[in-house]
Amino acid sequence: MHIPDGFINLATSAGAGVTAAGGLGAVLHRVRTTLSERQIPLAGLAAAFIFVVQMLNFPVAAGTSGHLLGGALVAILLGPWVGAIVISVVLLLQALLFADGGISALGLNVVNMALIGVFVAWLVFRLLTALLPKTGAVLVGAAAVASWVSVVAASGGFVLEYAWGGTGNAPVSTVFAAMVGVHALIGIGEGLITASVLAAVLAVRPDLVYGARLLGVRRAVAVRADRRATATFVLAGIAAALLLVVVVAPHASSAPDGLERVASDHGFAWTGQASAAAGSPLAHYSVAGVPDAGVGTILAGAIGLVLTFAVGALVLHISARRGASRSTDDAVHR
Amino acid sequence: MSAPALEVRGLEYAYPDGTQVLRGADFHIHPGERVALLGPNGAGKTTLVLHLNGILTPDGGDVTVAGLAVQPRTVKEIRRRVGIVFQDPDDQLFMTTVRQDVAFGPANYGVTGEELDRRVMGALTAVGMAGVVDRPPHHLSLGERRRVAVATVLAMNPEILVLDEPSSNMDPASRRELADVLAGLEITLLMITHDLPYALELCPRAMIMNHGRIVADGPTAALLGDRELMSANRLELPLGFDPSLARPERLPAP
Amino acid sequence: MSAGHAHALYVHGDSRVHALPAHVKLVALLIVIVAVVATPRERVGVFAAHAVVIIAAAACAHLSPRFIGGRLLIGAPFLAFAVLLPFVGGGDRVVVGALSLSVGGLWGAWSVLVKGTLALAASVVVTATTPVPALLTGLGRLRVPVVITEIAGFMVRYLEVIAGEMHRAKVAMAARGYQPRWAWQGTALATSAGALFIRSHERGERVYDAMLSRGYQGRLPQLGATAATRADWARALALPLCAAAAAALAVIG
Repeated sequence: MHIPDGFINLATSAGAGVTAAGGLGAVLHRVRTTLSERQIPLAGLAAAFIFVVQMLNFPVAAGTSGHLLGGALVAILLGPWVGAIVISVVLLLQALLFADGGISALGLNVVNMALIGVFVAWLVFRLLTALLPKTGAVLVGAAAVASWVSVVAASGGFVLEYAWGGTGNAPVSTVFAAMVGVHALIGIGEGLITASVLAAVLAVRPDLVYGARLLGVRRAVAVRADRRATATFVLAGIAAALLLVVVVAPHASSAPDGLERVASDHGFAWTGQASAAAGSPLAHYSVAGVPDAGVGTILAGAIGLVLTFAVGALVLHISARRGASRSTDDAVHR
Repeated sequence: MSAPALEVRGLEYAYPDGTQVLRGADFHIHPGERVALLGPNGAGKTTLVLHLNGILTPDGGDVTVAGLAVQPRTVKEIRRRVGIVFQDPDDQLFMTTVRQDVAFGPANYGVTGEELDRRVMGALTAVGMAGVVDRPPHHLSLGERRRVAVATVLAMNPEILVLDEPSSNMDPASRRELADVLAGLEITLLMITHDLPYALELCPRAMIMNHGRIVADGPTAALLGDRELMSANRLELPLGFDPSLARPERLPAP
Repeated sequence: MSAGHAHALYVHGDSRVHALPAHVKLVALLIVIVAVVATPRERVGVFAAHAVVIIAAAACAHLSPRFIGGRLLIGAPFLAFAVLLPFVGGGDRVVVGALSLSVGGLWGAWSVLVKGTLALAASVVVTATTPVPALLTGLGRLRVPVVITEIAGFMVRYLEVIAGEMHRAKVAMAARGYQPRWAWQGTALATSAGALFIRSHERGERVYDAMLSRGYQGRLPQLGATAATRADWARALALPLCAAAAAALAVIG
């Protein structure tokens, strides 16, 4: 999800930079009255916590692992305003110190993960908790759903930026299927982990959870993992991933292709070649040799999903092993 | 006799959850004295320390530092006079370099420029840590961090130094180096510790705190030699250690 | 994806690049990265020119090619997905052995790889010659809001402390045979992450007490920001402006 330098063109990156600066400026203005002097060290510690949790690999399945983005977690633990600042600081230092996300792409990453990721999570969380009874279990469940939506929305932000200024030459519908599809699956893990972390905090110090204070949940509550609710969440997430890839992705090409045409008409010619033409085996999601367009699209979508997930799992697996070996290096170094 | 450097009278405090921690703590310390504060876990020692510079506000009783009562109005001056070295140096050293950290205190009191540099180097030299001035604190060993933590407080020219378990978790050599540093300082000292030989070595006077009160106050060797008093307050000497035979190498300043 | 680590980024040295004020180096870095990203991907020669600029800067900083190369490898996985582009790209296709590859996709992969790698190399030169605290004060000089730089400072300071606590929790769990393979076995890990949050928060409160004890009044004193002379700016920007000029010519031409 961390976009490197050179993946999105300069005009789009700069536009995102201005949007990120404006959005963060508004957030900073908003917290000026509430972000007391006391909260600065607390926010710094929370940023270090999020950074460490992002380094921590959680099992996904069969020895592969993923990790948390943390947008929903910070929104509910610290509130969306401080949360957006904390994620932005994490992204800033990741880009500057750890080559994780490009420096020219910082605006894009802040928009996707700190603004979209945090505020979408917060909106979903508020909406669900407004409609449902205000209990610990609802809070944890709403956090899981909010995490899923926020991860998918953040990947949607990426697709939109790619449609505006992608330099990779992959058709937008493919990028949509790959990014949103994979993140619909990653979102399941994000939701489960966010829910477990929140449940652990609620069981001991509910007073530290911004979302709980807001809902008036003040007593320590033990929220046990409900097997049926967890299964429903996982299956719904997988179903939504398939739905996005098979039904929505093919339509994703029309509008963004229009955006590309606008971009090339206005002289950003070198980004314009991306408009998808036929020829690629998966282009426009119809498999050659399968006559029925509908079936072909579904088949192509499914193959695309499986392929991208396999590649994603492989990359995660490799980075997890690298992470593991490097953390032992660190231990030796220390 | 001069006015006490620190006077605590009838201090009472309960945490917001209702736990009563301090139940009328009373004592005073004269300028130049070195006093050890002993007592079991949960006796209220750390809570007491947080009252000495107004971080916590007592429910009853008062604290006076060299004649100045701790009040919201005086708290800034009080915090300059009372230097607290916290138990975990990672809580105390929060800036990104040692220099910034040692400068933090004096800079808050308006010290700038060359005078600030002089304070920083002076304090670090006093604890033998001038060589690490531009290092990040988290790259130092625990013993080094403890000494730098002492320097961050010395840089403020305090009148009384309060240390919360300075020797805990340290290897014997680091423990000795810190003792050398503390013994060399000409300053009023209050030291919380579970390390009874350390107390005997550095402090001629000791107090025992239990259940939120000072239950004993006297010469360190005498308190440590009183078996009944010791076991009543969950204190134990190391195996084979006899305070009447131990000859502190450094007889503390009068 | 994120695999950040508190590796020793800074390489101690006394080169001219080390001596430059941090905010000047940050501006120089931004110029180089913008120049790299703006260069049209077909202009291979211009990328070579950018590479020469970055190598020259590295040489001035006494950083060995081996060091830079090693650091680029750390960043490489983030660019791995570029390998997919020739397969999924559209447009004309070229047959290489048994594979049919998209020409546009090949250009796309080249573009992502070359731009990502050059930008990374440029940032390695800056982070290897500038201590992290100096980078933060440099950001402050560039008008990044104080709230951001202060939070970043606390984050940098406590990163290893918290990573250490997490590491000890993991070791303690592994010592009792915990080896999660499936998502639902991850709850113990997530619970320890929850405990870690509580501990981080409580440490934050103790840090705040320690700050108050030394006279904190709500603002960190601004310490150690070095001013830049005109000569500093000239020295720092000479090479980046070459890259910018090359990129500008390539865009126009």
